[in-house]
Amino acid sequence: MSAEVFAPAKHVRIGAHPALRALARDSRARIALVVLLLIALGAVLAPLIAPYGPEAQLDIARLHNQPPSPAHPFGTDKVSRDVLSRLIFGTRVSLAVGLGSAALAMSIGIAVGIVAGYLGGAVDAVLMRLVDAALSVPRLLVLLLVASLWDRVGIVPLTLLMAGTGWFTVSRLVRAETLALRDREFVLAARALGTPTLRLLVRHVLPNVLAPALVAAALGIANVILLEAALSYLGIGLEEPAASWGTIIQDGADSVTGHWWLTVFPGLAILVTVFACNALADALRDAFDPRQLPRGTTDALFASEA
Amino acid sequence: MRRYVAGRLLQATIVVLLVTTVTFLLVHLAPGDPVSHAFERPGVSEAVRQQWRADFGLDRPIAEQYARWIGNVMRGELGYSVSLRRPVADVVAEVLPRTLLLVGLSLALSFALGIVVAVLQAEQPGGARDRWFGRVLLVLFSVPDFWLALVMLILFTYRLPLFPPSGIVDPVLYDGMSAGARMVDRLRHLVLPVATLTLLSTAAISRQQRSALLEVMPSDWMRTAMAKGLSRRSAVRRHALRNALLPSITLAGLYLPALVSGALIVEKVFSWPGMGLTAAEAITKSDHLLVTALVLVTSVAVALGALLADLASAAADPRIRVR
Repeated sequence: MSAEVFAPAKHVRIGAHPALRALARDSRARIALVVLLLIALGAVLAPLIAPYGPEAQLDIARLHNQPPSPAHPFGTDKVSRDVLSRLIFGTRVSLAVGLGSAALAMSIGIAVGIVAGYLGGAVDAVLMRLVDAALSVPRLLVLLLVASLWDRVGIVPLTLLMAGTGWFTVSRLVRAETLALRDREFVLAARALGTPTLRLLVRHVLPNVLAPALVAAALGIANVILLEAALSYLGIGLEEPAASWGTIIQDGADSVTGHWWLTVFPGLAILVTVFACNALADALRDAFDPRQLPRGTTDALFASEA
Repeated sequence: MRRYVAGRLLQATIVVLLVTTVTFLLVHLAPGDPVSHAFERPGVSEAVRQQWRADFGLDRPIAEQYARWIGNVMRGELGYSVSLRRPVADVVAEVLPRTLLLVGLSLALSFALGIVVAVLQAEQPGGARDRWFGRVLLVLFSVPDFWLALVMLILFTYRLPLFPPSGIVDPVLYDGMSAGARMVDRLRHLVLPVATLTLLSTAAISRQQRSALLEVMPSDWMRTAMAKGLSRRSAVRRHALRNALLPSITLAGLYLPALVSGALIVEKVFSWPGMGLTAAEAITKSDHLLVTALVLVTSVAVALGALLADLASAAADPRIRVR
């Protein structure tokens, strides 16, 4: 396969992609992107922004479980670590797990969906029944079961786990799109010209199924961040002393009413990030050709994935 | 129709079998076994532990244990929970109704609420009411489930002590209550878990319902309805809603696994001793028979729910029945 296969078809496009232009006009998308960029910037620059290290125990005798104060705006935890610093460093972990697993899940989902949709027949039936089976089990229960194989989960296994349980809906959407594309004229024409199957899938099918997969990916990031926190809350999250938004909440889970700052601030951080991802997904869905992506797709997605 | 149902049932059976097999394997692969967790007492010698393992058949190869388990399930026997020291069937019979109550009530309430909100939004799409409801729903859609539960707990049991924080009945006073007072006590314990779960699912359902309504709006029959003089509001309520309800019925089936996930978290926060809380504890204690039984019951319930949703759509829409 030569490089030109992947080169964008510049000669047919005048200016930006219409979906990009629609996105740029959408105030939701602009706000969501700015918020997400700020959060990502915070993650990258964490050592410069955070007043203390994520695992620095400041003064275990006098500074543990302190409520918010000017010196520690978000308070301190039970071993005198500064919650604000942990929150800033936690952004790295939460975003890395979210982005990494969403990218991986999207790739697996697209591959499976295209193969199932294009080949059809027995391959399609088996793959889609497997996806049905996987979707019929509550995802949190699966994560709990698999995570129990470790004492505490590391970042890489957690990302793989989230990706492994997150690609089902993407594959279903992509399969539906591929089915619709399979008999379209341009695909038939490419096939009649003798284009090899792989090249046909990459060059003609893939670009046309990216839209629903992108929306699903944005929703997927949001979902993974929520699930990581939920797992940590249930006590099966990342290994100590890693700071993620979930582990901070878990540190305060046994004293929610007394030490509310351990629950409320990381919770708000999650809420803002997930809100931005979901708003972006909504805007993306509206920006792409509505006929390409049925309305309600993202909602059905969320319903079947959480 | 009968063939369709039979096919779906067969498919559901395969799914349930697949899911329970994987669960069985996973629980066995996890470190520790029920004996090492349940009898963690000093003074118990390794020889005694080995004896217990032999008694429970835990020393047999996993394939044999699995074959025996399948055979027992066929006869309706779910085995013995080592961590709770009770038959698994008794535990399931006790916790299943509690979770069904929680999930059923929330599903019914969130559908009612979600549809009302969606109709209010769809009457003026793009209007101020639509936009504000949309924002609120997106926040609810983005809120971490356990965090919302914790905030409800902090607000309504500690800051404003209106409702009990945990459990299904008052642990001390319940036995001495009259029948009426017992009813009230049970209802008071239901409020916060059901409210949390309802808020969480209303967001998803309402967004879906609004999209479905907007999709049928440009139909010819909607134009006819308004041309004959119906206001936009009554056209939405009388005509659009009926036609837009169909996708939501399917969604209810799709949404069940997510609702069970949510129930797990809510049960944990409010110490509601249902399936989710029991399963989470059983997993940490490697109580493999209890875990597998709970997953089995969950996947059967989810499969039946999805089938019921499909049958309901077929009943509501003749076009589906023909297919």
